[in-house]
Amino acid sequence: MAILVFVEDAGDELSQQAIAFGRSLAGDSDPLDAVRITNDGAGYAPAAWAHALAEVISERRPAAVVAPGSERGNEVLAHVAARLDLPMAAHCTSVALGDPAEVVRLRWGGSLLEEARIHGSPVLLTVAPHAIAADGVLDPAEIESVAASEEPADLLVRVSERVPSAVAGVSLADAEVVVSGGRGVGSAEGFVALEELASLLGGAVGCSRAVTSAGWRPHSDQVGQTGTKVSPELYIACGISGATQHLAGVKGAKKLLAINPDGEASIFASADYAVIGDLHEVVPAISAEIRKARGS
Amino acid sequence: MNILACVKRVPLTGGRIVLTDDERAISTRHLGFTVSPHEECACEEAVRLVEQHGGSSTVLTLGPPEAEEQLRDMMAIGVERAIHLVSDGSESDPQATAAAIVSAVREQGFDLLMFGNESADAGNYQVAVRVAYALGLPVVTGVKAIAVLDGGAAVRCEQEVPGGRDVYTVPLPAVVTVKEGINLPRYPSVPGRLRAKRKPVESTVAGPVDARLEMVRLRLPSGAEKQTQVLGHGADAAPAVISVLAELGLV
Ligand SMILES: Cc1cc2nc3c(=O)[nH]c(=O)nc-3n(C[C@H](O)[C@H](O)[C@H](O)COP(=O)(O)OP(=O)(O)OC[C@H]3O[C@@H](n4cnc5c(N)ncnc54)[C@H](O)[C@@H]3O)c2cc1C
Ligand SMILES: Nc1ncnc2c1ncn2[C@@H]1O[C@H](COP(=O)(O)O)[C@@H](O)[C@H]1O
Repeated sequence: MAILVFVEDAGDELSQQAIAFGRSLAGDSDPLDAVRITNDGAGYAPAAWAHALAEVISERRPAAVVAPGSERGNEVLAHVAARLDLPMAAHCTSVALGDPAEVVRLRWGGSLLEEARIHGSPVLLTVAPHAIAADGVLDPAEIESVAASEEPADLLVRVSERVPSAVAGVSLADAEVVVSGGRGVGSAEGFVALEELASLLGGAVGCSRAVTSAGWRPHSDQVGQTGTKVSPELYIACGISGATQHLAGVKGAKKLLAINPDGEASIFASADYAVIGDLHEVVPAISAEIRKARGS
Repeated sequence: MNILACVKRVPLTGGRIVLTDDERAISTRHLGFTVSPHEECACEEAVRLVEQHGGSSTVLTLGPPEAEEQLRDMMAIGVERAIHLVSDGSESDPQATAAAIVSAVREQGFDLLMFGNESADAGNYQVAVRVAYALGLPVVTGVKAIAVLDGGAAVRCEQEVPGGRDVYTVPLPAVVTVKEGINLPRYPSVPGRLRAKRKPVESTVAGPVDARLEMVRLRLPSGAEKQTQVLGHGADAAPAVISVLAELGLV
């Protein structure tokens, strides 16, 4: 039975991971089709994309449809599922086809796994980001292009305009070092010391939800399940207790240093390095030490 | 404008998740409950839009009898009306959830139906889209800003994408899913809480349904326990921190 992969954009990493996932499902014996939707430069329109994809599915009747675990991958597949009245599983890490199919998927932003059965065919699923490595570069010639639907009803929701964001410093998502503050920082002014350390290290400042809720930092600085996912070489957590929803945003960090006076804080269970103490003393001391080492 | 916001009661997990013995739920013996921050923002946005443009706001949940607590929390920040589809508390799959919401709201004439971008626990990314299809309405997801246009005939929605914001303009009635950051929800005032306590909740019983996405069992990810190296106490730890930074090639 064939496997159909929805490719959001041939080059993007999550689409490549979806293809790798599709390939592992198809194995050597089953055909794999990869499809992207084109719409002649008109803006993205989820219903128009999904309508076209649903027609491909109805014609070819694949055993499974695999989409990337991106915003648009999840959105387009949800539209397909609604159109075809089929169940859909988001953010899967593995699947065993069959009747019913069995999947493992992420809950709570990856803090918990769910084993689930899918009763319906074809099986519709999106792939959890970074659950599988992209297996080599894809030959663009292997990806079929299918035109988006042009029915007016499908075009009610479409991107009419792209407002570019003002470029400012190192972005949180791409930073090599993130100096992140939690409720323990105590105030908006308390973040001055964290900003100083971040700038000495060429990094960005992040924060917990306790901080954005208090209005000390904008939501764009929030790391976690409902904030930004970061993947720095080093994440420095200052005055953060280590709630699962915060850690959901830090899973990509290579190393974690936690600074907290409470030796029992759960952040330490996820930390590679620990400093037990008051961040208001520790953070300026680290900055001073870096300056000293640089002789400035 | 008549605005609906849909919320889901979920356990407020702390630093470590503990499962129940049957491994089908999070043990909540020591936990409180909440809704997703996305959904709290949907309620706040509904209240603000009604403050600016008139009309009324309604919050809806499908959940166990205890989920009345979340409805009252949302009324405490200013939502006027509450609808409770009372379930036995077992996991409702996204198709069944959408069907229950649709049958409760179909005749209610809401102009704007607001959801979270994804539920906090299940993260299915689909209930709102299914509701939109069943009602024949347009749906915009992941919205970080909403402006009402033409006296309530349409909304302009902004969605964050890498490098900027995508803009969608859609006619009402419509379905919108929002993300945290669209606003900063107000803290409930004491009078707000008292008022919310006295307000009626319209409740109906939601029958059990067969799940087509059927949860079988929950499992904790096998995160290898970290070997934590304690670098020291207080400011005295600074030199040891610098050594680590040097090891990592960061200074
Ligand atoms: C669905 C959902 C999604 C969520 N999404 C997110 C999210 O995206 N991001 C997020 O962060 N949270 C999120 N949360 C909230 C999360 O559950 C926690 O409430 C939050 O992360 C706590 O922030 P905190 O660690 O800063 O505060 P607290 O838990 O209050 O911890 C403060 C810490 O500071 C320490 N401290 C105090 N004084 C000092 C000092 N002088 N020096 C050093 N340390 C000190 C304390 O010992 C304590 O450990 C979400 C919650 C839910 C339910
Ligand atoms: N049981 C429920 N009751 C009310 N609304 C819900 C329920 N489950 C999900 N929703 C809404 O649908 C959104 C998306 O949920 P999901 O598809 O599970 O990610 C949530 O953010 C809520 O707004």
